[in-house]
Amino acid sequence: MELIVKIQKQLGTFFLDADFTIKGDQVGVFGPSGSGKSTLVSLIAGLRHPDRGLIGIDGETLFDSSRRLLVPPEHRRIGMVFQRPHLFPHLSVRSNLLYGYKRCDPQHRKITLDTLVEVMQIGPLLDRGVRHLSGGEKQRVAIGRAVLSNPRLLLMDEPLSAVDDNLKFQIISYLKNTCEIFKIPYLFISHALLEMRIMTNRVLTVEDGRVTGQVTAEDLARERMKDATGYTNLLRLTAPRRINNLYAYHWGDQELFVSGGSSLAETLFEVSSTDIILFKRHPEAISARNLLKGTVVDIFNTGTRIGVELKCGDGRLIAEIVKEAVDELELSKGVEIYAAIKAVAFRHLG
Amino acid sequence: MLSFTPSDYSAILLSIRVAVVATLLSLPFGFTVAYLMTYRRFRGRVALDVIVNLPLTLPPVVVGYLLLLLVGQHGFIGKMILQPLGINLIFTWKAAVVATAVVGFPLMVRSIRIGMETIDVRLIQASRTLGAGWLDTIITVIVPLSVRGLIAGSVLMFARGLGEFGATIIVAGNIPGVTQTIPLAIYEYVSSPGGDVMALSLCFVSVTISVLVLLLHEWLGRRMVRSD
Repeated sequence: MELIVKIQKQLGTFFLDADFTIKGDQVGVFGPSGSGKSTLVSLIAGLRHPDRGLIGIDGETLFDSSRRLLVPPEHRRIGMVFQRPHLFPHLSVRSNLLYGYKRCDPQHRKITLDTLVEVMQIGPLLDRGVRHLSGGEKQRVAIGRAVLSNPRLLLMDEPLSAVDDNLKFQIISYLKNTCEIFKIPYLFISHALLEMRIMTNRVLTVEDGRVTGQVTAEDLARERMKDATGYTNLLRLTAPRRINNLYAYHWGDQELFVSGGSSLAETLFEVSSTDIILFKRHPEAISARNLLKGTVVDIFNTGTRIGVELKCGDGRLIAEIVKEAVDELELSKGVEIYAAIKAVAFRHLG
Repeated sequence: MLSFTPSDYSAILLSIRVAVVATLLSLPFGFTVAYLMTYRRFRGRVALDVIVNLPLTLPPVVVGYLLLLLVGQHGFIGKMILQPLGINLIFTWKAAVVATAVVGFPLMVRSIRIGMETIDVRLIQASRTLGAGWLDTIITVIVPLSVRGLIAGSVLMFARGLGEFGATIIVAGNIPGVTQTIPLAIYEYVSSPGGDVMALSLCFVSVTISVLVLLLHEWLGRRMVRSD
């Protein structure tokens, strides 16, 4: 997907001036509240009209003020998932799901109700009304409804902000998997860095109504380490086995012990960069349950501390230590060291 | 036991007929005006609001008189539109329909608007991004979700129509069997000696119809909304 946006819009005292071209299928729009992310998204969807400029997607122009061209939202084939589900209360789950599908040109109908229901596992909900669905079910149906309209681009405007924390990461993997399976490019809007990192590759940063740059979500996370919030390592662990009070997971070709695991085949965990202790040599016996051998691939300054990126087998970890420790451990690129992580340092995300 | 004369029966039936026809005729217009006032920003919006609500604040007799001036043989609408079409409204039951429609219209628009204003704008945006044009969105989202307002507006207008007196007597007159509705018949009974009992009987009919309509409103209101 290639999106070209060069637009201006005055809204009261707020002025949006967006000028960017972005290629990619998993694009993020990141910025603080009130920076203009939602306005930008509604302009792309056609729900608001820019004052002037141009919007194009994959070679097709959707808005061009110089040619007085304005494609209405219903002809843009740009789906939307809002902060809250906004399901049609007078329709059943099935009719909600089919609302966009029925209005989609038959030549674009690649995803059908049956395949969607199978992928999203919403079969039992189909003939129910939407009022008494749980929050998570509602948002799943809303995602399904947008996906089933077979859009060429899906806009997600902070779709997780109204969902409970423990459901958030279930839905996020749902969203990502569904879009990947059906090959739907998306623009994911959020002010939460962690969501950005899970959902996107490329990220547009927005500040005060301007698109200030394009970075990778990973770069963004490292840049934010300066704010003393540390860095969150995201580890996708698989194939758990229960051993006494711990769970043994596979992380690529390594084995990791986690105290708060579950029996799910695949689980996303976070480990803070400050929870990793580095050793110059094998410490023989330690209380931490995980000791990984790794190679230093990068050492970078985070302002108050030093970030050390390690390659452990197939995976990568970032630890954060103070300057003195770097000197004592004689760290430099290519050096082999050991990293210890306590089993309780893993936080379960979903 | 109530015993009605044939003209009483015709007054009862006419009242119902006038109120029903006026309500049905007003529905599409009421919906359109409510839609415009709720969702569209245009020049003259305030003027439209004032004109629509004017009959609510004017005495019905004034509305009737203005209507008479407008649709009468020398009136603008009467002369330019109705006469060439061979339609004569004044002193027919159709005039009573027009009077009832005009007087009840603001009540209907208000009820529909209240219903529409509770619809989340995001639902309308969702339907647009799902491929529905504005007319499609009106039919499949806005109408079903304002159904309570539509019912309430219709019931209110019907009830108001049953009681319409001032405007009707001016444009339709009080002709038994032709334009005499229940309120007009009651007025005639009350103003003639010995008509008290008959006036009271018609009042009873009036109350009965109103209660039935309000019950119907409650029942429809419950039924029309999905509860699962």
